[in-house]
Amino acid sequence: MSERRLADLLAMWRIRAFEEKVRDLRAEGTIVGSVHLCVGQEAVPVGACDALEPHDALFATYRGHGWALARGVPAQALFAELAGRASGVNGGRGGSAYFTAAEYGFHGENSIVGAGAPIACGAALAGRHDGSNRVAVSVFGDGAMNQGAVHEAMNFAAAFCLPVVFVCENNRYSELTPIADMVRNQRLADRAAAYGMPGHRVDGNDVEAVRFHVRDALEAAREGGGPTLLECMTERLVGHYIGDAETYRQPGELERIARREPIARLREGLLADGVPAADLDAVERGARAEMASAAERALAAPLADPATAREHLYA
Amino acid sequence: MPELSYGEAVNAALHRLMEELPETLVYGEDVALPGGVFGVTRGLRKRYGDRVFDTPISESAILGSAVGAAMFGRRPIVEIMWADFSLVALDQIVNQAANVRYVSGGRLRAPLTIRTQQGNAPGACAQHSQCLEALFLHVPGLRVCMPSTPQDAYDLLVTAVHADDPVLVVENRTLYFGPKEPVTTDGPVRPMGGARTRRTGSDVTLVTWGAMTHRVLAAAEALARDGVEAEVLETPWLNPFDTEAVIESARRTRRLAVVHEANVTGGFGAEVVARVAGAGVALAAPPIRIGAPDVRMPAAPVLAQALIPDAARIIEDVKGLIAGAR
Repeated sequence: MSERRLADLLAMWRIRAFEEKVRDLRAEGTIVGSVHLCVGQEAVPVGACDALEPHDALFATYRGHGWALARGVPAQALFAELAGRASGVNGGRGGSAYFTAAEYGFHGENSIVGAGAPIACGAALAGRHDGSNRVAVSVFGDGAMNQGAVHEAMNFAAAFCLPVVFVCENNRYSELTPIADMVRNQRLADRAAAYGMPGHRVDGNDVEAVRFHVRDALEAAREGGGPTLLECMTERLVGHYIGDAETYRQPGELERIARREPIARLREGLLADGVPAADLDAVERGARAEMASAAERALAAPLADPATAREHLYA
Repeated sequence: MPELSYGEAVNAALHRLMEELPETLVYGEDVALPGGVFGVTRGLRKRYGDRVFDTPISESAILGSAVGAAMFGRRPIVEIMWADFSLVALDQIVNQAANVRYVSGGRLRAPLTIRTQQGNAPGACAQHSQCLEALFLHVPGLRVCMPSTPQDAYDLLVTAVHADDPVLVVENRTLYFGPKEPVTTDGPVRPMGGARTRRTGSDVTLVTWGAMTHRVLAAAEALARDGVEAEVLETPWLNPFDTEAVIESARRTRRLAVVHEANVTGGFGAEVVARVAGAGVALAAPPIRIGAPDVRMPAAPVLAQALIPDAARIIEDVKGLIAGAR
């Protein structure tokens, strides 16, 4: 048991260390443009991806670094992509907010809020015809729940009983605005009932809870039960984007949510179970060393070749 | 060789594609059991079962799922009932479909075909009459074509669905129930692009596409009776566009008019004129664009007729072009 929890801790630390490295590289200008970090939300991708099969299709959002890492995309290729290197997962065409790595079952981030949900339906639809029994996972934030495309996708998946798991990462902010100000019923999972599918609110800072619910939803989808909506309650410990002044935060809020964040929580649990602190520190150190080295190797690679900028538009 | 109307030719192409490409899916609003509001998808559901299905009235879901299914090896042919309705889900066309191949460096592709129809028919309101091709032509990554004959309605759709890129096939509902013509239905898949010289002439080049082709041809025949020989070049493929064919013709006739049903400002006619000008073609008179004026489209037939170029207006404008020659 504690072995799996240690693996979870490592997976979450890898994401956090990656994000903190990205933050530093963005600050020094090695990475440019919009960058959206998922610090504090690591338990959702780690718990969810653990339950996925290689042939399942994952569609994430612009806050997708963690999902890509959890899905197995190499950190070095991600750093390279963020830094505009030829060796990046998309040769510099995707960037932080819109990269894809289909060979790892990571079918892309999306810079358009909610746009991935209908596309995920298509991946599931294709699976119905190619016999793969593939499940598509569509990840989006609480803000996306108010996008028309997400409503259309949920109804489409439900009407056709498509194997789609809709994962809403409810970090309580729609970009810079509290979701509480934007909806009347704050239990977003309740909306599932309107489409005739199961909807559950999950403790998204508890990696085990996420794993349990995603596994359940995947199983139902694979057995022909159709889609599920999971509302994973979490918090980001950072701004919407790097540079966000976070003026919308309440006094003391960050300190409050830091006490619930998934890595500290898991660490406390492991300590209580008798795992030595030194072992836990070693996990963190290992993740940080891996990411420092991956970033270093990524940045040693040449920039994307301008001569290739026009390639791959058409077949 | 069967005699088919434009609508029947589309239907025949769909049947062929379902037969020869098992990865095709046909879906959209009312396309399966009802067979489409214009009857164009009739018989497909019965023959191909769940590869043909009706969807909710959800253009984002239709187009987005087509993008996803195409990424995973299907070849969806989706119908957007009216081109105007594509606007409620433009994101899936412009931000999603058009980006798949490019951003993934060619490792993913989105071979979906969007069938839609546009143009003004008597009594159609302002939200069922727009000609939107220029909007899609502004988007790199999308292929766009607009057939005007039964043969092209057949051929272009076959080509579009065989293509590994997202293609918009913009039909025109005023043509669906037009005259039947012999259509070659067992020919090879033709390449994209190319212009059709519908009429040869030496005095002026008239470039056109879509339903306007028929009006331009009628105008050209009338002009000939008045001694003006117009060359009519139809360009059913707008991306890829056969710029060379237009330049070659304009170089010979030294006069150019582009005629489209869409309104003039920002229309693709401007692009055609710019390409000919940019090629340094020496023209005897400034080129002209003939299109709808920049207004909304009224429902009353007499009002709409006053706006959309007809043969009489084309004749008048072309005569003005010829008279202005120096």
